Amino acid sequence: MEWLNIFVQGALLGGLYALFAIGLSLAFGIMRLVNIAHGDLIVLSAYVALMAVNATGMNPLVSIVVVVPVMFVLGYLLQRGLLNLTLSGGLLPPLLVTFGISVIIENLLLELVGADTYKLSAGSIETDSLHLGGGIAVGVYPLLVFATAALSIAGLQLLFYRTALGRAFRATSDDADTAELMGVDNRHLYAMAMAIAMIFTALAGVLMAIRTTFDPAAGPIRLIFAFEAVIIGGLGSLWGTLLGGMVLGIAQAVGAALSPTWQILAGHIAFLLILLVRPSGLFPRTRD
Amino acid sequence: MAEYRVERSTRESRGFALFLGVGLVALATLPYWGGAGDMRLVSEMAYYLALAQLWNLLAGYAGLVSVGQQAFVGLGGYTLFYLTSQFDVHPLVALALAAPLAAAFAFPMALAVFRLRGAYFAVGTWVFAETLQLAVSLITPLGAGSGMSLTPAIVRQISPDRTGREMIVYWISLGLVALVSAIVYLLLRSRHGLALTAIRDSEPASESLGVDTFRTKLMIYVVTAACTGLVGGFIFLQKLRLSPEAGFSVNDWTVVVIFMVVIGGIGTLEGPIVGMLIYFGLRELLADYGVWYLILLGVTAVAIMLKAQEGIWGLVARRFDLHLFSVRRHLTR
Amino acid sequence: MTLLQTRGLRAFYGDFQALFDVDVTVAEGETVAIIGANGAGKTTFLRAVAGALSCGAEMVEFDGARVGALSAHEIVRRGIAMVPEGRRLFPSLTVEENLLLGGYCGRPGAWTLARVYELFPVLEERRAIPATSLSGGQQQMAAIGRALMSNPRLLLCDELSLGLAPVVIRDIYARLESITADGTALVIVEQDISRALEASTRFYCFQEGRVALTAACRGFDQEALTSAYFGL
Repeated sequence: MEWLNIFVQGALLGGLYALFAIGLSLAFGIMRLVNIAHGDLIVLSAYVALMAVNATGMNPLVSIVVVVPVMFVLGYLLQRGLLNLTLSGGLLPPLLVTFGISVIIENLLLELVGADTYKLSAGSIETDSLHLGGGIAVGVYPLLVFATAALSIAGLQLLFYRTALGRAFRATSDDADTAELMGVDNRHLYAMAMAIAMIFTALAGVLMAIRTTFDPAAGPIRLIFAFEAVIIGGLGSLWGTLLGGMVLGIAQAVGAALSPTWQILAGHIAFLLILLVRPSGLFPRTRD
Repeated sequence: MAEYRVERSTRESRGFALFLGVGLVALATLPYWGGAGDMRLVSEMAYYLALAQLWNLLAGYAGLVSVGQQAFVGLGGYTLFYLTSQFDVHPLVALALAAPLAAAFAFPMALAVFRLRGAYFAVGTWVFAETLQLAVSLITPLGAGSGMSLTPAIVRQISPDRTGREMIVYWISLGLVALVSAIVYLLLRSRHGLALTAIRDSEPASESLGVDTFRTKLMIYVVTAACTGLVGGFIFLQKLRLSPEAGFSVNDWTVVVIFMVVIGGIGTLEGPIVGMLIYFGLRELLADYGVWYLILLGVTAVAIMLKAQEGIWGLVARRFDLHLFSVRRHLTR
Repeated sequence: MTLLQTRGLRAFYGDFQALFDVDVTVAEGETVAIIGANGAGKTTFLRAVAGALSCGAEMVEFDGARVGALSAHEIVRRGIAMVPEGRRLFPSLTVEENLLLGGYCGRPGAWTLARVYELFPVLEERRAIPATSLSGGQQQMAAIGRALMSNPRLLLCDELSLGLAPVVIRDIYARLESITADGTALVIVEQDISRALEASTRFYCFQEGRVALTAACRGFDQEALTSAYFGL
């Protein structure tokens, strides 16, 4: 029973990791851009939530209403003003520019806000649990996070397959040149893609900040979790990313059960093993 | 029909080689006219320059953008500390052994991480470094989370008195940067260097010409790892204290190095030198302002990548058609 | 009524100049052919007009407006659509989705999904499958349909006959008549000279980035054409 509980906790944790990964996945899928600053943007969202909560005393879950639009606009401007310029230069510019942005965000936060760690409290929801019978208890909060991840992915699938914008995204991802010839404004579209990615990045940031402490240097490890979830799940599939996140979460939960200091390492090991044995991921939808 | 010769050196490059030689000799005499603080600073500049040239070889020439070289810095450090404390190996011998050990780790690592491309490769190398850091922090014989120190007894094996030690360590740093520079330079002058440029320009095209891209990249990766391990060992020989956080710090050993190379000029041999000088200059200048120098470096690196990818040196070289290191081949009559 | 007018059109790929002072005119509802050997600059010309390749604003005039410097998506909005060389359908989209994407800019007009299906019934039959699973000829129809969905006043067709069997080519060219019947102007770039000349009123022969010859198609001297084509 204990092991079943561990599995369930890990699987639910996977929801958070999948949320981390959605933004990364979207940017890569549509623009072939791996945003090294992704983790730092998650942490930045957490700080925006912190400011909103401090200013108004609202529940952090409510602050989502503020954080999401802010990050949406930030993402649009970042892509349109900066990242679009890197897309045609080959491998180095996008990588090094997002790397530079990552360092800038981290150090700006350090200078302006300080190195203290913070955590947002959402009240009793953090510790409430649901008893599912058979001795299994799941936390309400992890369940909420997982549901958010699943709903986000379902929503994105709807966007991609049922709307004109989604069609434009898929077409641009296939062949940006021809999409432009069909009337799609690439620069605007990429900016929209990043803005939408930021919606989920913002969600991830707020939900993470309620669950655990954060500080300016907390970004890189989130990038790594997101990246591991994407690779384990396989490129090209959002549901695969959810499953990848769950595998990562379960590996970490198993590691933590053996010894708390083994948690993150266990996740890395699982990732490296999958990379060695099945490099295209568990559920790839390969389409280069 | 006039005869053509393939030449490698130019008047500028010969002049520069002379300048370098003289400069190196001058620096070598520093212990006699400078203080311990000066020596430490020059050592730091030397080992950062070495790291920068190695990263530049990987990313700028082989197209392998690694954000995980700190793995080998840490490995080098731990090799030194472990061999000296557990097996009573002479510190300088242990230092030398850091190279083959790092290479031994690099080999299987490459096999896993070469399956990833581009930016995914970069993050993959980072994950490796993080994994190593976590693993080391759990291993008690390596000092676990709190790390290890080089005891006075170990350090005295280099030289019984302090000044002697400082001099020897200083000279090692000069020797190290000279060695690493020589290795990078010779590699780029060799046919491997030509192969790298071809691979960098177009992998499929070079494959079709018979260049074994996988082996070339693997070789460069392993050689770079070995040299980085050696430098890493030296860094902690000087610092005398090592912890997983310090040894595998991405900020100290990767962020700064990348900025140096990018701002100086990625893909050129002169770039890392320029970048290193700019970094130390900025750090000195903004010493009282916390981490603003890092933010400024970040902004500069972003600007360079967007506007002048060839870096500061690249701009200078283009303007004056200057090449101080002669790795290219040109025709003369 | 002149619809399209290029004046001294020059285009570059980096440092390489691909078009030299090209002057081409297309009137409302006219069908004009552009022929020439490989590398003569025909596709480059189309791409420059379509906005995929940048050039000076005054070098391309469409409906009286200087559009040379506009980007491709803005040019589609103005009424120029392209059927690209090699079809370039989107593999991730179904046939119908490809067609719908053609209408992304929302230009009003007579061409709707229903009308495209009327013109190419086979596309309706196979509307839900990935577009690249179609046969070559069907893909060409889909590419034409996709371009039509933006209700263009000028349709640029790049190498419609590329890789297709003669009977299929004949079928496609037959349907072009329904398109021009509405008053849509057509620029046809072809390697199949006779097909192109048959379908058009005037032609331009390109040679190494320049217009080597231009005349009416009817009754034109084959020998003069061959000389211009090969630059003799």
